[in-house]
Amino acid sequence: MTGFKIFEPCLISRETQALKKNSVEKNMHTMFLLIAFFSITMLFLIMVFLFLEAYPLAEYISLKDFIFGNYWYPTDDPADFGIFPIIVGSLLVTLLSGLVAIPLGIMTAVFLAEIASKRISEIIKPVVELMASMPSVVIGFFGMVEVAPFIQKLFNIPVGLNLFNASLMLAFMSIPTICSISEDALFSVPGALKEASFALGATHLETIVWVVFPASLSGICTGVILGMSRAIGETMVVLMVAGGAAVIPSSLFDPVRPMPATIASEMAEAPFGSEHYHALFAIGLVLFVFTFLFNILADHISYKFRQTGEASL
Amino acid sequence: MNKRKLFQTINFSVFRFSALINGVALAIIIWFMLSRGYTAISWEFLTSAPSDSMTKGGIFPCILGTAAFCAVVLAIAMPIGVASAIYLNEYASQGRLVRIIRLGINNLAGVPSIVFGLFGLAFFCIVLNMGVSIAAGGLTLAIMTLPVIIGTSEEALRAVPDTYREASLGLGATKWQTIYRVVLPAAFPGIITGGILGLSRAAGETAPIMYTGAVFFTPVLPNSLFDEVMALPYHIYVLATAGTNIEETRHLQYGTALVLMALVFGMNLGAILLRSHLRKKNRI
Repeated sequence: MTGFKIFEPCLISRETQALKKNSVEKNMHTMFLLIAFFSITMLFLIMVFLFLEAYPLAEYISLKDFIFGNYWYPTDDPADFGIFPIIVGSLLVTLLSGLVAIPLGIMTAVFLAEIASKRISEIIKPVVELMASMPSVVIGFFGMVEVAPFIQKLFNIPVGLNLFNASLMLAFMSIPTICSISEDALFSVPGALKEASFALGATHLETIVWVVFPASLSGICTGVILGMSRAIGETMVVLMVAGGAAVIPSSLFDPVRPMPATIASEMAEAPFGSEHYHALFAIGLVLFVFTFLFNILADHISYKFRQTGEASL
Repeated sequence: MNKRKLFQTINFSVFRFSALINGVALAIIIWFMLSRGYTAISWEFLTSAPSDSMTKGGIFPCILGTAAFCAVVLAIAMPIGVASAIYLNEYASQGRLVRIIRLGINNLAGVPSIVFGLFGLAFFCIVLNMGVSIAAGGLTLAIMTLPVIIGTSEEALRAVPDTYREASLGLGATKWQTIYRVVLPAAFPGIITGGILGLSRAAGETAPIMYTGAVFFTPVLPNSLFDEVMALPYHIYVLATAGTNIEETRHLQYGTALVLMALVFGMNLGAILLRSHLRKKNRI
């Protein structure tokens, strides 16, 4: 009886079978190709919708007044839609968080890739991953109810919700990005390079500084840019911790109002289709352009200077 | 020579110290949430609805809402993400097309969460007429999660040895048969790991659902995909910044934050353990 089963497929001619197989193969290939385009389609749609919803604002205000205007009073009559203090707030928060996050992130990466024993790095790596996965609203909440009173007492200032606090919390969020990408880059430096350096009499530290670090610089730059991109786009932390005043801060302990916080806090009160509504989408567009440029830059660096074996050094 | 050694020791201590700072910072946050939040946690807190204009009661509707968002993310982002990864890793040859697709994915990963929220509001809620609903919020979260799932699925597919594919092709299987019968089963646990990581990210995000799916308060549990819900992360934000009595509901805020943190960390730890187990197994 089993013999029958073997011959059964021959009822269909070989050619038809092959044709059928071929068309299934082709369909599958096309289907996967189309699905792979889904992400880029969505990215494109995001751009289109931001632009469509932001464009009507051009009737009320010129691009120059929008970007460089110093006053943001969206609910006044006539309303002011100048987002310069908001952009400055975003950039300051990002820059200050970078001052903390970049050195810490890179040094942790060096520690993990070069110095730590395997056992230690198996403990630290999950720590970094958990830092990355911490919900931003929890960090914002922590900054608001624990760090703010602490800072207030420590520096004897009226409010703890300010530029300084927000930068610290954002640093916590961007360290994991910087650290894990830098660590990958440091780790992929060929061993032969290090051995050559050791053979020339360099110490481990000298090898790290003069050989490993330069060889992985492109990867580290990518990590730093992506970390900063994460910091500038982070919403909940700056919404809860930055203080929310749309003015250019004069000291480290002044409140600021970065772009994501402005959008998130005002969207609820902006009537659909109003100037205010379009203005918030316009801020979203500006924010998108910032992160988009950061990402393109990071992609360019990692692509152009990618490590292709030892020959590329 | 001694001077150089000493210099190295000092610098290595600095590196060690900076790694330690991360651990300490994480530990401090976890400790504060645990020590102040655990008194709020009880069976009743987890299973009852908020009452007395959110100054008492539990967070059950929020847990349910977050679970509903996660279900939509799982249903949408998982298949699309895995299929994209299959194309990139199994079908595509390196070239301009693949570079463009990858650029798109990388950029999608870098889009700020609030921008996803704006897009969801304009596209899903208004143009597709879904309103503020589980579907709109879930779809917004799904798009945000997609790059994570594609990345981890690709890693899982890459970890499948080429000999598996060659053996299958050598037996006369077609490419699709090879992928379906050989590559996917071998990569399955890794793909699941990626799915968990993606879900944990979706569960913790607030900004994308603020104006697309989650609401301040709703007295009824959702009946369909097109109902609005409460969600854990948004609930924390609401209680901490706009509640009726912010100071008095502190313990509820800590409790909710602790539940969300435990949920996200639990998923992540699970994924990390699963992955390290898989890596060990693959090495042998």
